[in-house]
Formats: sequence, structure tokens, C-alpha cells
Amino acid sequence: MLQRLTKVSKPTQFLISIALVILAAAGCYLASAYIDYKVVAFILLLTVSLIAIVFDIIPVLVAATLSALIWNFFFIEPKYTVHIGSAEDGLLFLMYFVIALINAVFTNRVRRIEKQVREKEEKENIVRLYNTLLNSLSHELKTPIATIVGATDNLLSGTSKLSEENKKELVEGISIAALRLNQQVENLLSMSRLESGFIQPRKDWTDINELVYDVVHRLEQPLKNHKLHISIDEKLPFYKLDYGLIEQVLYNLLYNAAIYTPAYGDIFLTAKNSADKVYRLYTAIPAHSELKKETNVLIVIIEDRGPGFPPTEIEKVFNKFYRLENTKPGGTGLGLSIVKGFTEAHNGTVKLENVPHGARFTIEIPAETSYINNMNNE
Amino acid sequence: MNNPAILIIDDEAQIRRLLEITLESNGFKVESAETAKEGLRIAANHPPDLIILDLGLPDENGHSVLKKLREWYTKPIIILSVQSSEDDIVKALYNGANDYLVKPFRTGELLARIRSALRGAANEENNPLIDAGDLQIDLAARTVKKNNEIVKLTATEYKLISLLAQHEGKVLTHQYLLREVWGPGYINQSQYLRVFIAQLRKKVEADANRPEHILTESGVGYRFIAKE
Repeated sequence: MLQRLTKVSKPTQFLISIALVILAAAGCYLASAYIDYKVVAFILLLTVSLIAIVFDIIPVLVAATLSALIWNFFFIEPKYTVHIGSAEDGLLFLMYFVIALINAVFTNRVRRIEKQVREKEEKENIVRLYNTLLNSLSHELKTPIATIVGATDNLLSGTSKLSEENKKELVEGISIAALRLNQQVENLLSMSRLESGFIQPRKDWTDINELVYDVVHRLEQPLKNHKLHISIDEKLPFYKLDYGLIEQVLYNLLYNAAIYTPAYGDIFLTAKNSADKVYRLYTAIPAHSELKKETNVLIVIIEDRGPGFPPTEIEKVFNKFYRLENTKPGGTGLGLSIVKGFTEAHNGTVKLENVPHGARFTIEIPAETSYINNMNNE
Repeated sequence: MNNPAILIIDDEAQIRRLLEITLESNGFKVESAETAKEGLRIAANHPPDLIILDLGLPDENGHSVLKKLREWYTKPIIILSVQSSEDDIVKALYNGANDYLVKPFRTGELLARIRSALRGAANEENNPLIDAGDLQIDLAARTVKKNNEIVKLTATEYKLISLLAQHEGKVLTHQYLLREVWGPGYINQSQYLRVFIAQLRKKVEADANRPEHILTESGVGYRFIAKE
């Protein structure tokens, strides 16, 4: 709240400060039959102090000066003149003015120091995040590079007595390491595209059935030891989506499920349409958005039979470079934040929850819908 | 065609060498150029049977090199690119590239694309019978047979599969397919294409969810493959 108030623009700060002082003074003026003019000074001083907590120095100084003048003009005898009757009142007025100014200046200084401390903390957080990134990256990039360098050294040194089988193994190792490097680079590129705000979904009519099986085909290798159960609503309409981005979303989620589900475990993928949900989501959609009446929500659920996520960690998994402790190698911790970023680029949401015997990711994407695929053609 | 000649235009020495070794060991004659200027000169002096062109050249934008080549060169051009941007690929295909590969690519894939592009160029005099393993497409009789049985197709379905099959191995963009099959007014109606591709797959593929003949090129188009 305080944070937000301090971000109010300069002219608004002046207006609010002046209005508050006048309001306080008017209240005191109406009650002047019951309260002494010295009490009024304290009330005005309190008002100025409160303003000083949230606003910049200049509006506060203006408020302090204004309140001093108002006090003098409306409350100190003789009233309705700037003239001050007694020497005692003159002293009081002077002291009022000085205290109000000191108040304004000191409160401002305290706030400035507070801000500096906060900025320093934020900077330290960024440095920490950056270090986590470097550690994670250097590990994830250097492991495959080490594999490649080691394997090629072995293969190049003609003197070594490598069996044909060993040679083949080394070459296969190089191939796997290179693909892994490529995957990491792809992830980093996706992340930097997201960071730079360059992600503009190229939406086109998408057959979810085609998309899902395309992804599954690309993941044949990592999924070969799992039982994948695909359930796609037969009446699912076409959605206007960016095929490439949503492909990446499903790829990352399924890949994740494949890594964390023990061999021969079940993975479930469900895709369905919700016509009702769109109204709930509508509130989150900006008014100028292109979403039209035939907008529905595509829901994709990917559930695995893995260990699930520690409940305290669920909030954090979509953060950049987040990785569970003692986790298996193979990621930079970017996969799920890319899922989140690409889904949000479609005004969609992604949710993670633990279910009995595993974890469940639910993606909801509002999109323009076409039912042409369910009509009889020609 | 014995020992087809291939021209490689790529500024990366390592990629050039890799391509030279791969192609020569597979019976191709190879020439290579490091810059767009050199590439255009070699292409004009000794027109090769196929050109492999990298889009990221130091001296000239690859798209502009492609356009210059297409002013007179009619044989296949395959694009290499590090950018997997769909717009870039669609643009290159629109400017006359026959196919594209995104780095890093598998050499097996590259060889398959080269052979298919060369085959397509040789087949220009139209062989009316396209043999795709379990599928036979007879352009003269306008029939499609799957495991020797006639597949009942609608006129649009037939138009679509014959177009894809005549460009076997080559990616055809969504816009191209929509324009050729439905007409110029339909190039933004991609939902029609989705419907008919799904229907075709149900009719001609052994498993519509694991297509072996009509493959999806994410965000770009479709590609017909004769055999797995």
C-alpha cells in the first residue's frame, strides 16, 4: 500500500498533500469551539508527518508551509490576519514551522536510506540468481562438452586399444551429448525470447490431435519405457494457437513426466474443451484483446505417477532456474518456466498440484474455436 | 544421373568440410564456396545439379542470394539455417527454395532430402504412377490404392494427396496447399486444410496418429514421404 502510494505522480502528490492539510484544517475549524488552537497545531503537525511518510520531499515541504500559514491565519489570535498578537504565539508559530520542516526532511531521509537498503537487497538477490544460473548452466553445458572432448580424445589417439564396441559406445556418447547441448541452447534461446518480450504468438488453426501425436512422436525415445495413456475428446474443436509454442509446452511437460516417472509407470494426457470456463477467465483478459464470442478454453492435463513435488516447492517450480534438490540431471531448470511463459503468451494459465501417486499439470488456454472439423464435409 | 554435382555455399569451414565428406562418400561431386559472391560465380560458371545454401552468409543476406539464383537457376536449392524461425523458413520456400534443414541436422536426413529433391527434378516429365510402398497413386486413372485396394476419396482429398505425392519429399507450405487445392481466396482458411489432412490420414495411413506418408512440418506445412 505504502509502496503504491509513493509511486503516485508528482502533481497528484501535490494535490493530495494540499487537500489533506485543508481537510484537517477545516475539521479543526468546525470544531474550534471545543479545541484549543494549540491542539490544532498538533493535529496539523500529525497530518504533515503522515504525508511525509508516503510522499516526496517537495510536496511535503509545501504541505508544511501551507499548514503553518493556515494555522496562523485561521487559528492564532487575531484571526484572519497574518499578524500574530503575542510574542508567545510568535514563538509557537516559529517552532511549529521549524518542527514541520525538520519532520519533513528527516522522514524523507529515513525513507531514502530504507530504499537504498531495499535496492541493495534486490541487487544481492539478482546476484544470487545469476550465480545459480551460472552454476546450473556451467554444469549442464560442461557435462556434455566434457563427454565430447573425452570421447574424441580417445578416438583420435591412434595408439589406444579400443575395441569396435567401445568405439561405437564413445561415438554414441558424443551424439547424445551433442543433442543434449542443442536442447540446452534451445531452452536458453526460448528463455531469452520470453525475457525480451519478443514472443508474439503466430496463431493459426490447430488440430490438437495432430499436435499431441506429433509431440509424442518426437519423445518416442524418452517415453519408450512408460505407458502413455492419451485421451483426447473426439469432438474437440480446432483452436487458434501458435503450433510451435504449444508444441514446446507439451514437449517440456511430457519430457518432465518421462524423466520423473519410474520406468514402466503410467503417464496420462487428457485434452478437452470447456465452453464455460471462458467466462471465468474473461475477467483476466484485457478488454482490447481479440478474443471473440466463439472463444472456448482448451484444457490439457498431464499427470504422472512419479514422486510428486514437495508441497512447499509447488509455488516455485515455474521460477527460472528452479530445480528440486537431488534432482536428476538433464535440465537447466528452464523447462517449466518456458511452459509458463509460452502459456501466458496465449493468455493461458498453468497449474501444478500433487495427486495420489504423482503430479498433475493443468494447462488452460482460451482460444478462438472452430467446429468445422465436426461437420460433414462436402 | 551419375554422380550429381552439388554446390555448397556456407561460410563455416567445419560445416563445409562435414558436408564435403558426407556427400563425397555418398557418390556426389562436390564444390564449395565460402561467400555469396563466390557461390553465385561458381553456380553461373558450372551450374550444379543441386545447391545447398546457408542463409547466414557474411557478405550477403541468404534470402537475396536465393532470389538472385532463382532468376535463372531452375534445379533444386536446399536451405541450411540456424534459425528455426517459421517465418524465415516460409519466406525461403516462397522465394523458391525446394527444402530446408535447420542446424544441427542429421546427415541421414540431409541425404534423404537431397535424393528426394534430385528425384523430384528428374521426374518433371511426370511419371503417372507414384509408388509409395503400401500406397499407389495413379495420376492418369486418378485413383489411390492402399494395400492394392482402392481408397474412396472425395475430389478435394484426391487433389490434396496427388499434389503432395507429386512433390514427394518436399515440404509444401500451408498457403501453397490452400491456394492450389481450394483457390487464392482460401489462403487464410487453414482450418479446411487441417480437416482434410486429418481425413486423408484416416484413409491412407496405417495409423492416422502415427502418419508415415503425410508428415507435419510444425508451423510450416506438410511433406509427403514415399517409404518409411
